[in-house]
Amino acid sequence: MSVLIGRSTRVVVQGITGRDGSFHTRGMLDYGTKVVAGVTPGKGGERVHGVPVFDSVEEAVSKTGANCSVIYVPAALAQDAIYEGVDSGIPLVVCISEGIPVRDMVEVSAYLEGRPTRLVGPNCPGLISPGQSKVGIMPGSIVKPGKVGVVSRSGTLTYEVVWQLTRAGLGQSTCIGIGGDPIVGTRFADMLALYEQDPGTSAIVLIGEIGGSDEEDAALLIRRSISKPVVAFVAGQTAPPGKRMGHAGAIVSGGSGTAQEKMARFQDAGIPVAKTPSEIPGLIAAALQGKRKSKLTLLRSKKKAARPKSKAKPKSKRKTRRE
Amino acid sequence: MNLHEYQSKDLFRAAGIPVPPGEVASSVKEAVSAAARFSYPVVVKAQVLIGGRGKAGGVKVVRTPEELEREAGRILGMDIRGLKVGRVLITPSADIDREYYAGMVLDRKNETPLLMVSPAGGIDIEEVARVTPGKILRIPIDLRGLPSYRARAAARFLDKNPAIQKQIAPILTRLARVYRDQDASLAEINPLVVTKQGEVLALDAKIVIDDNALDRHPDLASWRDLSAEDKGEVEARERGLSYVKLDGSIGCVVNGAGLAMATMDLIQYHGGKPANFLDIGGSSNPEKVESAMNILTGDARVRAVLFNIFGGITRCDDVARGLLAALDRLSVRIPIVIRLTGTNEKEARELLGKRGLMALSDMDEAVRAVIARAAEAA
Repeated sequence: MSVLIGRSTRVVVQGITGRDGSFHTRGMLDYGTKVVAGVTPGKGGERVHGVPVFDSVEEAVSKTGANCSVIYVPAALAQDAIYEGVDSGIPLVVCISEGIPVRDMVEVSAYLEGRPTRLVGPNCPGLISPGQSKVGIMPGSIVKPGKVGVVSRSGTLTYEVVWQLTRAGLGQSTCIGIGGDPIVGTRFADMLALYEQDPGTSAIVLIGEIGGSDEEDAALLIRRSISKPVVAFVAGQTAPPGKRMGHAGAIVSGGSGTAQEKMARFQDAGIPVAKTPSEIPGLIAAALQGKRKSKLTLLRSKKKAARPKSKAKPKSKRKTRRE
Repeated sequence: MNLHEYQSKDLFRAAGIPVPPGEVASSVKEAVSAAARFSYPVVVKAQVLIGGRGKAGGVKVVRTPEELEREAGRILGMDIRGLKVGRVLITPSADIDREYYAGMVLDRKNETPLLMVSPAGGIDIEEVARVTPGKILRIPIDLRGLPSYRARAAARFLDKNPAIQKQIAPILTRLARVYRDQDASLAEINPLVVTKQGEVLALDAKIVIDDNALDRHPDLASWRDLSAEDKGEVEARERGLSYVKLDGSIGCVVNGAGLAMATMDLIQYHGGKPANFLDIGGSSNPEKVESAMNILTGDARVRAVLFNIFGGITRCDDVARGLLAALDRLSVRIPIVIRLTGTNEKEARELLGKRGLMALSDMDEAVRAVIARAAEAA
C-alpha cells in the first residue's frame, strides 16, 4: 500500500515538451509510472517519448483518464498551470517548479479552499511509492518497497535519508517532498494524517527545517492523533537569523522558526529527534521493534487476561512511546 | 531583496504614505549641501541592509553644519555588523509626540498577508509580541485588500484622537497596497509617529521584496545596492548559486538546500565550525562548481573545504569535472575532502582518482575528515 500515488496513478505532464518536463518524463516512464499524457499549449498532436501531447489539460484528461498532474513549467507560468490542473478536476496536482512568487501562491491557496484537488509543492521533488509509481524527480534507484513513510521539506536531504533507510533494510511505502516554499499545498500535518490511515505504513520519518511553524503544528497533531511511531529530524541548527537558506521558506525571522524550537516541540511531544541524518534508520528500527513488542504483549495479554485489562492496554502503549 | 530605508520611503511616498523629506548622500560634501535644504536639527541615518544600526551608532541628530560634517564623516565608511556604510540619509528631525508600529508580513500558517499594528512603536515588534502580546492587533488580508472599515478599526486601536485616526487609516490601506503591488515579503513602518504638530508620518521604513518576484519588477531589481552586500554573496547570486557566509573555518559545497543545512549542522555536531551555506543547485553544471570554489578560496577564514554531493539529478561526474577544472585554474592551497554518492558515482571516482583525489561515501566520515584536515592546516 501507499499514499497519494500507486499503481492506478495515471499521470499527465504539464510542460512535457520543455527541457525538464521531457527529461523527467523519461525518468518516470523508466520507473514504470503510467505517464498517459503531456500538455504544452500549441503542441497538441506531438509525442514525447511516445507520450501523446495535448493542447490543454482538460483535453488530456478526457482522452486519457489522467488522475494526477505533474507541473514542470517555468515559475512565471506555474500559477496558471496549477489553475488549469485544478479546473480540470484532477484530484492530485504536483508542482515541481521552483521560484514562484509568494503572491501567486497566496492566490492559489485561496482558490483551492473548498475545492477537491490536493496540491503538492511547489518547489518540491514530488513523490515516489517504491515499486509502484514515481511522480516528480526523485531518483528511483535509492528507494525500496517497505513500510516507512517519509515526508520532507527538502530534496537531496530526503534522498540522503531514504538511501540510508534503504541501506539499513528499511523500505518505504511512499516518500514525499512537500516543498521548500513558505506556502505549499500539502503540509506535514496532511501527510501525517494520510500515513496514519494507510495500512501499508508502519512508521513515519519527518524531515523538517527552519522557517514557519509547520513542524510545531505537526508535533501537536502527532501528540493528539497519530498512533504510528514518528522520528523527526530538523535541518538548519547552524543557520543565522534573517538569512534565507536556499529554500524560500527556510528563514528564521524575528527569532521564530528556529531548528532548536522545532526540535524542542517534537521532544515535548515524545517524538524521538535524530541529531544527525545517520541516526534516523536506527531510531526507526527501534520504533518498529518497540511497536512489534507492544503488539505481541497486547496479543498475549488478550489471550491470557480478562477483557477489561486488555482494553486498557492501548492507552499504556501510547504512554510508553510518548514519555 | 532588502531595500534601503530611503528606497522604501520612495515607494511609500509614491503610494501616498506621508514620509518626511530626505536626501541621500554618499560623501560629507553631499551631506552638507543636502542638509542646507532643510533647517537644523537634522538626522544623519546610515543606510545599511541590516538591523541594529541605531545601537551601533549609525543614527545621529545634529544641530550645526560643523556637527553634521563630523558625524557624516564618522558614519560614512563605518562598519555595522560586517557591512560598510556607503550612504547616509539626511532628513529633518521630527518633533515626536507618540510612536506606533504598522507592518505587513506573510502569515505562513494561514497563507495570507497579515497587517500588524501596535501602539508600542519604535521597538522590535518581536519584542512586543513576546512581552506584551495584547498590544498587537492582527488583521488578515484577503483578496479584497484592506477594507476601509478594518483600517479604521486598526486606527482606533492605535490612537484615541479621531483627527489622528483619520490620518492613520488611509496610511494602513496604502501600506497593504504597497505590500501587494510591489510583491513585498515585508513592508514595515516603525515608528509611525504623531508629531507635536498633529501630523502622522512614516519616520522609518523597511521593505523586503520577494526575490522570486523580481522578474516582474525590473525597476526594483535595478535598485539593488551591490556595494552594501557581501562580495561572495553577490558573486554567488550572479552565478546562480545560493550562498550565505558564516564565520567558521570549514567551507562546504553541497547540492540541495536541505542537505547543505544538514551538512553545516553535522560539521558543528562533530566539533567544527561551518564557514558558509552553499547550494550549487539540482542541475549538473561544472561551471557552478568552479564558481563555488572561487568564492570559498576567496574567504581567508576557510581552512578546508568539504564537498557533499548526493547524486540524483545532479551527476557526480559533472561535479568532479567542475572541481578538477577549478583546481586547474585556481591555486587552491587548502585541503579538500570529497563525499559523493549516487548517480555516476563510479565515473566521478575514476576522474578524481586519476588526479590523486579520493572520495568518501559516508557523510559523517567525510565531516570528521574535513575537521581533522582543517585543524592540521590551521
